[in-house]
Parts: sequence; structure tokens; C-alpha cells
Amino acid sequence: MKNSLAAERRRKAVMSIVLTIVCIIYVLPVLTVVINSFKYNTYVKTDTFALPLGEMWAGFKNFIKGMTFGNYPFWQSAFYSLIITVFSTALILLFTSMAAWYIARVDSKFCRAVYYLCVFSMVVPFQMVMFTLSKTADKLQLNTPWTIPIIYLGFGAGLAIFMFVGFVKSIPLEIEEAAAIDGCGPLRTFFSVVFPMLKPTLISVGILEIMWVWNDYLLPYLVLDRTKYMTIPIHIQYLKGSYGTVDLGATMALILLSIIPVIIFYLLCQKHIIKGVAAGAVKG
Amino acid sequence: MNENRKLKRRWRTSGGAPLKRPMRKWSWLFMGPVLIAFVIGFVWPFIQGIYLSFCKFTLIKDAKLIGFGNYLKAFKDASFGHSFWYTALFAVVSLILINVLAFMVAYFLTQGIKGSNLFRTVFFMPNLIGGIVLGYIWSMIFDGILSRYGTSILLESKYGFWGLIILMCWQQIGYMMIIYIAGLQAVPEDMIEAAKIDGATKWQTLWHVTIPNVMPSITICTFLSLTNGFKLFDQNLALTGGQPFIIQPDGSTIKTTEMLALNIYNTFYTSSSASKGVAQAKAVIFFILVAGLGLAQLAFTRKKEVQQ
Repeated sequence: MKNSLAAERRRKAVMSIVLTIVCIIYVLPVLTVVINSFKYNTYVKTDTFALPLGEMWAGFKNFIKGMTFGNYPFWQSAFYSLIITVFSTALILLFTSMAAWYIARVDSKFCRAVYYLCVFSMVVPFQMVMFTLSKTADKLQLNTPWTIPIIYLGFGAGLAIFMFVGFVKSIPLEIEEAAAIDGCGPLRTFFSVVFPMLKPTLISVGILEIMWVWNDYLLPYLVLDRTKYMTIPIHIQYLKGSYGTVDLGATMALILLSIIPVIIFYLLCQKHIIKGVAAGAVKG
Repeated sequence: MNENRKLKRRWRTSGGAPLKRPMRKWSWLFMGPVLIAFVIGFVWPFIQGIYLSFCKFTLIKDAKLIGFGNYLKAFKDASFGHSFWYTALFAVVSLILINVLAFMVAYFLTQGIKGSNLFRTVFFMPNLIGGIVLGYIWSMIFDGILSRYGTSILLESKYGFWGLIILMCWQQIGYMMIIYIAGLQAVPEDMIEAAKIDGATKWQTLWHVTIPNVMPSITICTFLSLTNGFKLFDQNLALTGGQPFIIQPDGSTIKTTEMLALNIYNTFYTSSSASKGVAQAKAVIFFILVAGLGLAQLAFTRKKEVQQ
């Protein structure tokens, strides 16, 4: 018995060591970004893995340069990214939860048709609709950061409605019935009774939508009027893609700036994020 | 419980009238916004996309029906065929590597090791970084290594392939790990205990008790990584953008590390303007492929549920 306990302890120690090594390897790419954002451009390619010491040290010059790099202020891209993510997520959460409640409770033929159409939309890849969608958006003048959330609501409705309908069906009807008998209209029933109960799913869906919209590249690239509006992924792709000689130091500085808020957000809501991802795993 | 059932029956026989009837009056408010956006953002572009795949066009206005010509051209296009096989190979290799590694990590993390939470946090982190940014981070790292040998990730397609595999492993292992951890934690403790008492070794327990019990998670993760592999775009664009290129004897170019989604994008936006119809036909083929995988997953998981 003692022997097997010792073996068990040894096994655990080995696993811990393996995991620690893998963990360090996992962090290395991000550390590489950090050290290279403080290096002069010429050294990024030749001494990628060296610490930015001596003549390589560029201080914060890369960050200052990156801010106005590519004739477009970086803070503006960051601002538009934030606007689009916040508005799209808010719009999706509000309207899809309303529609999902209606679909789950009224349950008419029309509702079922909409529901299946939503499920169907989850398996359609973006490339299928990208050309026609960008033309439609152009025609309807939806090509600004203030109106693109409507596109996100349309294209992202599938998963959200799927998750909300699933959750609403698990809520007992009696609560809503009681509210209705007490004289609550549908609007009040929804906003003061149902909506608060949806909180766990609201968080899960919210997290998934935030992660999707913030990192999305192709949809805003094709829909937005690029002469006026960029988002962070578009900005970074633009720097690397359309320049003959790229200032890698400045690009790394911008990449670092764009990762920092994401990592802070992750560390703050880690529990919800991991739960949300596990809940959304049904997405095909 | 009984009370509950009675209420439910009453609700059903009344057709849920206290709520349903007034709700229908407000249908325009509950369903309207989503329906309008859904038509703009999905239904209309989808229908138009199907229609345009049978047309010759450069703008939507000048579309002329030509039948199956675009599909024939798409199937004859050597670059499309190449990108299909390249994508399929990539999807299968990444599927195996990601799932095996993610399962191992998840298994280790559910053994009650100290610091499991910290490990989990770190492994999941790359998922929050967008594909474009990931691609550039790794292109810098690979070039930092390869430049010592006087080469670059853009010069040899095998570097591009394995580079993308490493990138995707780095990003996706954490995601699949989360799903596997949830599956592993749901394995009944007493079953493992019983196996131990019956004298099963660790391997036997893993193989005959744990793995059959996490089959649903394995199915989900397998299909998820397969469809992710097929739909990959951002990382592909940012890491190699299809380079290196090979010029064929007939003058056409094959981009050796170009995957399906990028091939469709390039056919739409960087080839000659006359090829938009072909690009839309390719997109429809791509859609059928991806949707087929999704439906197969659904059928597969349904079957499993029935068996249980």
C-alpha cells in the first residue's frame, strides 16, 4: 500500500513537471512579442529570441511610431473595434433573447421554421455569403461602425437563438403563467421575469459574441468603408499586407497593445469565459 | 411534482392562453428586429449567392444566367483541387494532433495535480487572440528560427504546412481541453473505483472505462476541429498567404499553401473580374462540404444518444 502511494506521488510529480514545461512553451510566443516590441526593426529578424539589450533597445519608440503607422491612427482602429464589439454584442443579446423567448413559448409553425433556419445558418461558412452580403450592406448603407452591428445581429443570430431557445425551454412555465395571471403584459413578463432568469446564458452568449466580433477580420474588412474605418485586425493586416518593407518592431508593439486588453479581460472573467466556451461547443 | 404536472396540463389545454394570446400581439417587437437583420445578414445573401453561382457577372446588376458553366470551371480549376486536398490533409493532421494532445492535457489536469487551474488558464489563453494577430506572431517566430538557416516560411511549402499545424495546435488545444475536462469530470467516480478494486491497471481503466464514457466529448471535439480546419482563413492568410507560388506550364499559378477559404477569397477579389461567378460556385461547393460535415456530426451524436 505504501509502495503504491509513493508511485502515485511520483506519477503526479512527473505530470506536474511535464505540464510546467508545456506551460512555459505556451507562454513563449507571447513573451517573444513583448521582447521584440522593444527592439529596433533590424534586430527583430536577425535576433528574434534575444533580449532587447544594448544597441537593440528601442525603448518606447516602436509604440510611438506604431500609433500613426500606415497613415491611420491606431487608437482610432481600437476605438472602432470597441464600438463594434460593444454594440453588436448588446444588440445580439437583447434581440435574440426576445426572439428566442417568443419562439420557445408561442411555438407556432412559423416560429419553428425560423428556429430551423437559424440552426441551418450555423453550418453555413462565411465565404458562401461574403460577396453578396458585402454588396447588400453597401446598398443599404450599413458600412459604418455604427450600423455594422445590424449585420452581426443577422449573421450571428443562429447560435444565439439556438442557445437561448434551449435555455428558455428548461425554465418552468409556471413562473411566467403566474406573472401573466397577475396582469403582466408580455413586455413586462419578458423584461422583469424572463430576462433576469436568462443571466447564465446571457453571459455565455455574450462572451462568445465578444470573442467572435473583436477578433473578426473578414466580415468588417469586406463590409466597412475601409477608407474611413478600420478595426484592429484590419489595421494589423494592412500594416503587414500592403507594405513593401514592414517595420516589424512597430508591428509587434501594436500587436502587444492589442493583446493586453484581451488578456486583462480574460483574467478578469476567466470563469465565465471557460463556461461560455464549454456551453457553445455545440456550434459546428 | 403532481401539482406541477396539473398546472402544465391546464396550461396545455388552454393553449397557454394567458400568455400566448397577448404575446402574439407583440410578435412584431419580439421577432421583428431579428427577422429583419436575419434577412439582411443571412437569408437574402444566401439565396442571392446560390442564384449568382449559376450566373456570369462582375457586379450583381449585370448577372446573366449561364447554367452549370461556373461549376464546371471550378472543378477544372487546378488551384481549387490543390487547395481542397491541401485543406483535407491539414484538417486530418491537425484533428489528430489537437485531439490527442488536448485529451492528454485534460487527463493530466483532472488527476488532482497542484496548480491545475493555473495550467488551464495558460493553455486556454491563445484562444482569445484573433487569427490575424496569431498568424503574424508565429510568422515572426518561424522566420526568426528559419532565417538562421537562410530560409523563410514563405519559401518552402512544407514549412508553411507544419507552421500552420503548430499554430493551430497552440490555439486549439486549450479549447478542446476545456470540453474534454468537462467530459472527464462527468465520468462516474465509482466506475473508476470499481475498476481499481477489480485490479485494472491505470491504462486498462483509461481505455475501458474513461474513454468510452467521454465518447460524446470526443465526437464533439473531432467534428469541431475538422470543421475548424476546413473553414480556416485568418491564420492561413496571415501566416503564409498561400506562398510559395508555383507557376504552371499553362501560365496559371498554384499557391501551394492556400486553403479552400482563401482560394475562394482570392478567386473573388484578386483574380480577373470575370471569375466572380466561378468564385461563387466554389463557395457553394464549399458550403455543401462544410454543411455536410455539420449534418454528419448531428446524425452521429443523435445515434450515440439513442444507444445510451
